[in-house]
Amino acid sequence: MDHAPRPSAAPPPPPPCDAPADAARRDFLGAALQVTGGAVVLLAGLDAAASSEAHHPPPPGGDGYNWEEHRWAYVIDTSKCIGCGSCVRACKQENDVPEGFVRTWVERYISGPGGSYVDSPKGGLDGFPPVPTAFTPTKSFFVPKMCNHCKETPCVQVCPVGASYRTRDGVVMVDGKSCIGCGYCVQACPYGSRFLHPETHTAEKCTWCYHRITKGLKPACVEVCPTATRALGDMLREDDPVRHTIEHERVSIMQGHLLTEPQCFYLHLDMEVR
Amino acid sequence: MHELTGYSFPNDLHVHWSLMIVMYPYITGFVAGAFIVSALFHVFGREEFRPVARLAMATSLCFMAVATLPLNLHLGHPERSWLVMVTPNLSSAMAGFGMLYSGYLLILVLEVWFVWRQEIITYARQSRGLKRTFYSALALGTYDQSPEAVAIDHRAATILAAIGLPGACMLHGYVGFIFGGIKANPWWSSPLMPVIFLLSAAVSGIALLSILYQVVAKLNGRSIEGRTVAALARWLWFFLILTITLELLEIIMLAYEKSESWHIISQLLTTRLEFSFITVQMVVGGLIPLILLGIVVLMDKYLHERIRNTLCITSSILLLIQVFSMRWNIVIGGQLLSKSMRGLRSPYSPEVFGREGVLMAIALVVLPFVLLWLFNRVLPIFGDDGHPPAAGQGGVEGGAATEARAA
Repeated sequence: MDHAPRPSAAPPPPPPCDAPADAARRDFLGAALQVTGGAVVLLAGLDAAASSEAHHPPPPGGDGYNWEEHRWAYVIDTSKCIGCGSCVRACKQENDVPEGFVRTWVERYISGPGGSYVDSPKGGLDGFPPVPTAFTPTKSFFVPKMCNHCKETPCVQVCPVGASYRTRDGVVMVDGKSCIGCGYCVQACPYGSRFLHPETHTAEKCTWCYHRITKGLKPACVEVCPTATRALGDMLREDDPVRHTIEHERVSIMQGHLLTEPQCFYLHLDMEVR
Repeated sequence: MHELTGYSFPNDLHVHWSLMIVMYPYITGFVAGAFIVSALFHVFGREEFRPVARLAMATSLCFMAVATLPLNLHLGHPERSWLVMVTPNLSSAMAGFGMLYSGYLLILVLEVWFVWRQEIITYARQSRGLKRTFYSALALGTYDQSPEAVAIDHRAATILAAIGLPGACMLHGYVGFIFGGIKANPWWSSPLMPVIFLLSAAVSGIALLSILYQVVAKLNGRSIEGRTVAALARWLWFFLILTITLELLEIIMLAYEKSESWHIISQLLTTRLEFSFITVQMVVGGLIPLILLGIVVLMDKYLHERIRNTLCITSSILLLIQVFSMRWNIVIGGQLLSKSMRGLRSPYSPEVFGREGVLMAIALVVLPFVLLWLFNRVLPIFGDDGHPPAAGQGGVEGGAATEARAA
């Protein structure tokens, strides 16, 4: 817990980074075109070439970070979650998540033989007030949720311009500069992880705090969790505890029948949870 | 099964695909439906559709001209919409839009040109000044009105219609695919979706032409061809039966299978969509026109012409509402269902003003008719005898008719 999440809003996660040579080339060509003027069509072609680089961006992240050397995965042990909502608050602050939307949220399940009740007031931002139920509860628990960073992700598949993409280290991200705000990815995500930002009008989602993990920090939600419910790990590191859990424990995924291959794994998941 | 209280995912509180996304398939439905009518004459030689063939083609073009507007009004960044054409992500169904749209538009424009070419030449020859320049530009430098050229026009129009028919079907079936291919949403995810969209497009297109044909004839004081109205009613009935059958089949299948999603979909249909689905789409817009058109088709020879025309107009109006409600129930209904499968969102009511509002939607429906009026000013759809010449066929008479009109 050396690094608390930064109080101020962090810059947006790095879009697929432009290598300096690319940037220089684009600047030069841009200037050249402005001088010649009228070459709108050609300029359009260039911009298109730039955005198509989103498909195969050079390694992003901090100095010395090589995305070929990591493969991120996430484990949530639902039996440890106490529903404090710290993760939701930390995420809001770290990523400047707009009012009324969440990148991560916590669900409360109350169930018994007579029925079940599920809620997530404001995504669990302010915790969970007591709630009366019409049945006698026999168990209750909390389930943190977020983007599952699927390998076979429907959101990346449906993005018409390739603004949604999966990095080589396994994180699903959105390039806000080329997102056209059609909302198709929001519709295609089975987990309700995405939303259209009311101000930027582009798709937004959890990035596992890519700007932090590429600098060797933990995602904000993992950092603040008081019960170690959440953990991010590297599947390419043999001594990684998250990798060990995924490889040796009985883990579950959300909506496995959809074959999206989530990279967010759950421990002690109840059948009520979808 | 436990009694589930409504729970929606926290991000599922917003209907992102608004009224404009309801308007988009509604408008492209007219494009495809009207084209099917024109193809019935041009490709399949159904003579009874001759009086509406040119009207159908012009209608298809005018609706096509506005088809991208609702999409651009909806996009968060319309200024980037061209990226879909320039850097499409080929794994996305939506990325095919650019190719399909422009391909079909090209076919449609070419066909219109071949069908109206004789008149364009006549106008170019007869007019003066700016008007002459305009029509000369439209003529593209060829002024051949020989019988051979007319025959070529006719053949070209037939071939283009033959290519355009699958094009129109794909353009609209594809809209259904956009929804049908979303496995996250059980109310959308179905291979029947493209077929349902296509069939209801045929319904809306034929219904619109049925109304337009009679209204235009009345306005211009022309007689209404009984066999054309009857033929339109017959085809309308046929497509309506197919549409309603498939729409019901999809739901019955879910219910019979007791599929996982039926629990929430049955709630959706009986609460949020009770009025728009059961009352409008199924009863007022489905069952009633089915009966009315059934009377027209089965008892045609016993009906007075006025009664038949009135029955046709009435059912056509109801069907225009039915198809709109079908689009609404799919697009909006699918979003009222939270992906938690445990709850429904609060009902959606579109804003009145604003770029995705009701007034804009009304403007989008009115605009194609304004374009149609303009089209008719430039390239008259009907000859003075009320019987428009078909492509190539009778092009010379057509020329004569327009000459008289121009004079």
